[in-house]
Amino acid sequence: MLKAVILIGGPQKGTRFRPLSFEVPKPLFPVAGVPMLQHHIEACSKLPNMKEILLIGFYQPNEELNRFLSCAQQDYKISIRYLQEYAALGTGGGIYHFRDQILSGGPEAFFVMNADVCSEFPLPEMLDFQKEHGDSYSFIILGTTANRKQSLNYGCIVENEKSDEVLHYVEKPGTFVSDIINCGIYLFTPEIFQHIGEVFQKNQQDMLLYSYEGEEQSNGWHRAEVIRLEQDIFTALAGQGKLYVYKTDRFWSQIKSAGSAIYASRLYLNQYHKTHPERLATNTDGGPKTRGNVYIHPTANIDPTAVLGPNVSIGTGVTIGAGVRVRESIILHGATLQDHSCVLNSIVGWGSTIGKWARVEGTPSDPNPNDPYAKIDSETLFRDGKLTPSITILGCNVNIPSEVIILNSIVLPHKDLNRSFKNQIIL
Amino acid sequence: MKALILVGGYGTRLRPLTLTVPKPLVEFCNKPILLHQVEALVKAGVRHVILAVSYMSDLLEREMRAQEERLGIKISLSHEKEPLGTAGPLALARELLTDSEEPFFVLNSDVICDFPFEDMLKVHQQRGREGTIVVTKVEEPSKYGVVVYEGDTGRIHRFVEKPQVFVSNKINAGMYIFSPAMLRRIQLRPTSIEKEIFPVMAEEGQLYAMELQGFWMDIGQPKDFLTGMCMFLQSVRQQAPERLRTGPGFLGNVLVDPTAVIGDNCTIGPNVTIGAGVVLEDGVRVKRCTVLKGAHIRSHSWLESSIVGWSSSVGQWVRMENVTVLGEDVIVNDELYINGANVLPHKSITDSVPEPRIIM
Repeated sequence: MLKAVILIGGPQKGTRFRPLSFEVPKPLFPVAGVPMLQHHIEACSKLPNMKEILLIGFYQPNEELNRFLSCAQQDYKISIRYLQEYAALGTGGGIYHFRDQILSGGPEAFFVMNADVCSEFPLPEMLDFQKEHGDSYSFIILGTTANRKQSLNYGCIVENEKSDEVLHYVEKPGTFVSDIINCGIYLFTPEIFQHIGEVFQKNQQDMLLYSYEGEEQSNGWHRAEVIRLEQDIFTALAGQGKLYVYKTDRFWSQIKSAGSAIYASRLYLNQYHKTHPERLATNTDGGPKTRGNVYIHPTANIDPTAVLGPNVSIGTGVTIGAGVRVRESIILHGATLQDHSCVLNSIVGWGSTIGKWARVEGTPSDPNPNDPYAKIDSETLFRDGKLTPSITILGCNVNIPSEVIILNSIVLPHKDLNRSFKNQIIL
Repeated sequence: MKALILVGGYGTRLRPLTLTVPKPLVEFCNKPILLHQVEALVKAGVRHVILAVSYMSDLLEREMRAQEERLGIKISLSHEKEPLGTAGPLALARELLTDSEEPFFVLNSDVICDFPFEDMLKVHQQRGREGTIVVTKVEEPSKYGVVVYEGDTGRIHRFVEKPQVFVSNKINAGMYIFSPAMLRRIQLRPTSIEKEIFPVMAEEGQLYAMELQGFWMDIGQPKDFLTGMCMFLQSVRQQAPERLRTGPGFLGNVLVDPTAVIGDNCTIGPNVTIGAGVVLEDGVRVKRCTVLKGAHIRSHSWLESSIVGWSSSVGQWVRMENVTVLGEDVIVNDELYINGANVLPHKSITDSVPEPRIIM
């Protein structure tokens, strides 16, 4: 049997996702109409031997997470549990801490995946790949090809081209090492815990040593339990004949910034043609006009003269007036777009209102469409002291008056704006 | 009576509009700029209008022939081989202006106001001097050349260019009436009437001022063109409110040509001029704009402080603002944001213009 672990992080993480992560844990942010995590869970639940999905993170138990978990358990008929870390233990420390939970029932293998990626999740292919490699106890990293420049922002993998064995692993190198990058999705056998355990032991010894030398050890990252899979485990396992890379050319992206949520939505909406055609809106008499892939929650109230798409997701209870235009955007639940307003490359927060003829517009941060290996830049908010033009984000309960333009701006929650803003963060 | 209008050259300040249409023929509030002046002159008894032009245009000539017939007057084009400034053209037209003893009007072609030609004639005749110039009050005299004159008699003492301390808040409004005797002062060479002729006339006690009542604007640049439009429409509101469009969907002063077609759920105004044959589709919002003949604005677009050139087409959900000027036959694609663009004729705009610039 199989299990899966999804690393969901905690509230201190995902700051690049602010102000949206103030309202909802980032893993529950809707991408293509459903919580980010649901895409992972659905992919796992399709594996016939999958018995349990464990979420590991350091969020306090909360109602939204609980509600999501119970719904997902019913929908996908699989056990899903949340295991809360007492502190941020890193990608390796978390699974090591909960190794008994993961191993109970005796899975022969388990997946570990980061919550903040969007992917076609080629999990069956990873399992087959593992079997094809003589050593069925090998560990598999899902890898994909990036361009040379962007590879520096990821974990880079050098492989033996014949055997796909990982010969070298380095996280975010300063200079080019390899264009094969780590997708943050792994297939492990229980033996991985021996390797993590060794690091844990070594950390403990190091700490004793440091404390004799009078070094500071109170800093969280100097805890013995804090272990990073990438730097601490993969780097050591590379070249040992245990670690392999399965390369995929299917869609994959990180979801670090809010801008990448719009890009990830596009990828998933496109996948819905195969997996969930019922989630894609179609043009019907009396319904709004849609162009390309659009998700509309059934509870949304949309004027038939509105034009939506491509790549638009409309949440629950959203109201959209006459002659409204929405393109490349996510409209979160309870938002209202009044007549003739225009929303482009933006995320409109929960319960926000956009006045008549207002224009809310951002700049897409899409990967270069002419480079097949380009990834979305996990951009920094500022460059040369200036706000980089990015998608426009309205936090929850923001009011945009009629006829103004909000361009390339981030508006924090509960603001009533009274004029146009461009290239600003509005506190 | 005769009048000389200083039309001048290419009207570069009003580009891109003047790249395809001579400035005198650019419609201001649905009437060519020149006709605002010519019609007011005809009303004051002028029967012969001389246009001082430094470049010839077939379009202008043809249009003037048509206007001659319509108004029952004579319109001559006086062509300068080289630019003669603001005074030289008077010397060039000397023969036409001196065939009687009647005084004649001289105007800058960019001026819009309630033209006071009858009052000018009356005042000029009462004073019996060589020239009377119209002056208008401005808020910031330091930006202009101001006129210092005696309040009760109107006699001009001097002209002060961009005064740093307050000496007067009246500036030359670009409208004059002269007796033919004045022409002896002007030779056929490039000369500035304001700098070279007026100071001498003032010194000799031959130049008087008359203060203009009501609004005044030099509409030679797009920004001022729009400001002038607001002033003009307000004066229409006071003098002939029936010419303005009112009713649901219209706010403030809005002038709409009867052949324009306006869709449902539009909100137009305040301060909008819609030209002949213009089409505004449903749900368009326009304020403080001039939309010239034959333009087409598609649904749900929002336009403020812009001039849409003849036969231009603005797509759906376009936002256009900040003194954007589209030349003739410009196409703006759907969903673009156009901020302060100057777009040359026959261009097709496919990308937003987030900061003011010229689109060649």
